[in-house]
Amino acid sequence: MASEVHGADEGGLVFHPMDQFELKSFFGDGPIGMFTITNATVWMALAVVCIVAMMVFGSSRRAVIPSRAQSIAELAYGFIYKMVEDVAGKDAVKFFPYIMTLFMFIVFANFLGLIPMAFTTTSHFAVTVVLALLVFVTVTAVGFVKNGAKFLALFWVSSAPLALRPVLAVIEIISYFVRPVSHSIRLAGNVMAGHAVIKVFAAFAAALVVNEIPTAVGAIVTPLSILGITALYALEVLVAFIQAYVFAILTCVYLRDALHPSH
Amino acid sequence: MATDTHAAGHAADAVSAPGMPQLDFSNWGNQIFWLLITLVVIYFVLSRIALPRIAAVLAERQGTITNDIAAAEELKAKAGEAEEAYNKALLDARAEAQRIVAETKAEIQAELDAATAKADAEIAAKASESEKAIAEIRAGAVESIREVAADTANEIVAALGGKADAKSVTAAVEARMKG
Repeated sequence: MASEVHGADEGGLVFHPMDQFELKSFFGDGPIGMFTITNATVWMALAVVCIVAMMVFGSSRRAVIPSRAQSIAELAYGFIYKMVEDVAGKDAVKFFPYIMTLFMFIVFANFLGLIPMAFTTTSHFAVTVVLALLVFVTVTAVGFVKNGAKFLALFWVSSAPLALRPVLAVIEIISYFVRPVSHSIRLAGNVMAGHAVIKVFAAFAAALVVNEIPTAVGAIVTPLSILGITALYALEVLVAFIQAYVFAILTCVYLRDALHPSH
Repeated sequence: MATDTHAAGHAADAVSAPGMPQLDFSNWGNQIFWLLITLVVIYFVLSRIALPRIAAVLAERQGTITNDIAAAEELKAKAGEAEEAYNKALLDARAEAQRIVAETKAEIQAELDAATAKADAEIAAKASESEKAIAEIRAGAVESIREVAADTANEIVAALGGKADAKSVTAAVEARMKG
């Protein structure tokens, strides 16, 4: 294959850090149309299966004294519920199922993506941009429905001197529209970068068995690379949760702005 | 580096998006379609089944805990009441016992007093009777002595050859008896 040629000019090591993000048709090798079942589809479906297993089957006994599975489901419920209540306010509680959906999807997609050979759906901008835009559109709509024109007070900093207010308004408007961009790129970027770096370390880990590299060099590089993979994997486990948490809490913050736009 | 690896699937974008499958916009429709389905499924599963159920369980637990605490407090109050009642009963019993002891003591004392008084009266009666009897006996004895003395005097006078004057003998005996 061509990669061997390409590998040769990298000194025998084969680097394909981005191949793991490639979208492929799951059944057969056909082109990807709108409704083709792809590896992304399969891993999204697995996320749904996991969420149903945890939240529905975990709580199916409705026990007053919970089983372990039910405790986890209750913990997740309590965690997000408290976050919505604390950050977005009591009147945002009716958006709790929506935020819970976002959080559960992201957290499960991230963790499933950490399984070796898995496809990480949240590493794709197509996914995170849709998630962020859904939040952006929802928040903007809620802001205007709840507050009408007063929602625009969000951009008019009444505590600033009058002369500064138009300038601040421009900045506020720009920052408002940058929100979905940062919201989506933060998630996909974190996940993608971590996975890609793990793959790079994985390629270096083969140094010992590549003929072009002296065994002495390989004997140092390979253990270090494996150590690097382990450390990065631990970091990625952390990132998987933190990014889901950050996405959810930012949604709550935006929702609070929409419900109470005054500064 | 990408032109070789991505050659099979999408040769067109391989040039524009070297090594970044994320920027292959031809796939976005597919991903967005399945993502929306996924989100809708998760949303309905959570909002219709899982979240209400967990909320119900949490509320039930809260209720159970509250009820249990209330029941425990009630039981504690009851226990306190029972202790109080017990202490009161104990005090009452003690007072009653003391009362009974005092009553019994008084009764016995009264009986004892009555018996003593009766015995004293009987003793007094017996003593006066005895005194009377003694006085009678003494009187009898004095009379006998007088008689014996008079008779003896008469006999002595007769033996001496005299004729005893009854009156003077009696007077002499009387004088001697007083003497």
